[in-house]
Amino acid sequence: MPQYLLTIHQPDGDPPPPEVLGPIMEGLDALNEEMQANGTWVFAAALHPPGTATVVRVRGEETLLTDGPFAEGKEHVGGFTVIRAADLDEALHWGGRLARVLAPLSIEVRPIHGGA
Amino acid sequence: MTGPTPDDVARVFAAEYGRAVSVLTRVLGDLDLAEDAVQEAFTEAARTWPGNGLPPSPAGWIITTARRRAIDRHRRESTRDARHAEAALLHAPAEVPEEEPVPDDRLRLVFTCCHPSLAPAAQVALTLRLLGGLTTPEIARAFLVPEATMAQRIVRAKGKIRDARIPYRVPSEAELPDRLRPVLAVVYLVFTTGHTAPSGDALVRADLCAEALRLGRLLHDLMPDEPEVAGLLALMLLTESRRAARTGSDGALVRLADQDTSLWDADLADEGRALVRACLRRNAPGPYQVQAAIQAVHSEPPTDWHQVLALYDLLLALTPTPVVALNRAVAVAEVHGPAAALEIVDGLDLDRYHLLHAVRADLLRRLGRADEAAAAVEAAIARTDNEAERAFLRSRR
Repeated sequence: MPQYLLTIHQPDGDPPPPEVLGPIMEGLDALNEEMQANGTWVFAAALHPPGTATVVRVRGEETLLTDGPFAEGKEHVGGFTVIRAADLDEALHWGGRLARVLAPLSIEVRPIHGGA
Repeated sequence: MTGPTPDDVARVFAAEYGRAVSVLTRVLGDLDLAEDAVQEAFTEAARTWPGNGLPPSPAGWIITTARRRAIDRHRRESTRDARHAEAALLHAPAEVPEEEPVPDDRLRLVFTCCHPSLAPAAQVALTLRLLGGLTTPEIARAFLVPEATMAQRIVRAKGKIRDARIPYRVPSEAELPDRLRPVLAVVYLVFTTGHTAPSGDALVRADLCAEALRLGRLLHDLMPDEPEVAGLLALMLLTESRRAARTGSDGALVRLADQDTSLWDADLADEGRALVRACLRRNAPGPYQVQAAIQAVHSEPPTDWHQVLALYDLLLALTPTPVVALNRAVAVAEVHGPAAALEIVDGLDLDRYHLLHAVRADLLRRLGRADEAAAAVEAAIARTDNEAERAFLRSRR
């Protein structure tokens, strides 16, 4: 079965206060459980903020480390979920469910190469 | 008895390309393979038909040959999966089971090409290419973009259909309303592209108009309660009803005001007007319904230009595009005079669109500015590849 990466894009800055975040996380847990129960869910991860990232580059013999994310922007990847879906419409269905739970965050739905 | 000529093969190509690609896409599950196989079949037809004569069912011959070519290809490129794929090809049903709600492969292909995850410009290009059999240069001309841009757009869209697995199916009833808008836009563009062919000798590519009308009727049967579907069908019927009168004996374009109304198809016009009345009663006006209403007014001469202008005001509010503004300017010229219309036309950013220059030329002539009018006619001629339109424009020099 093909696999799709659902990437969660969120604005830089502090997360919302617990009274806002609480119900969102409950909704996310419920959605993950539903996807696990029906075999859609493959893997999911929440990431620490972009400030915790380090970029590694090799130039000649030298390995260079740079503090911070690869691209500085107003938004960053906050986490992702890998799912199995028969086709794009099914993947978009789950992408839509995730976007509803995490609104107003945007979700990028993208096929995984060789995920068949 | 003479055998079929290359023109006959070209006619079959224009009429049957879309059907063949849609059937092969269902059988093969791959757009590129389907297109390649159908093109190979037509190459073979061009070689063998002139000697052997036209087969009893040219469309069936093309589909069968394309399918055989696809099987051959699998045999040649023998990979681990080839035996599997070959078995699937051989056992795939030749015809679609009738119990499916929409047993038309072409409609399925339209919804695939018009999937909302594809960019709107790519949706149209892909539909014209896969269902209309238009070449990339023809599509590029129809949309006023460079050929390389259009080629890239088509390749990218086909890649996304394949890699992201955009399904080959008509959406479920619940999804239909959302998925409908791009489909209507594309069907109408197929129609308008056929109505004034982007290049070639004939003003009209009747096969494209027929294909668009066929798809329009199919959509209307599928969704009788959607007013915009009815509006689109009405718009196409009313436009089509005047086709015979749009070109003179020399093939040149004849303007609406100069057309021989006895050549108009009264049945198509009646059908279109009845649809307009029915959908306007729902009081949910959309762009297609309003455009159909404008054509309905034109279908009963003498044209009531005040009514046409009022409808264009509504249309411009619904779809504020420069092309609508240009068409509205023509109505403005009839109601308020050419000077008012010229002021509108000169404010539009449509330099590549030949009709802008044709309208400008007409307005300048009516204002007695002959030299400027002549220059505008030349500008219009330089911007169309359609011979009938050129002939009309030359006659206005």
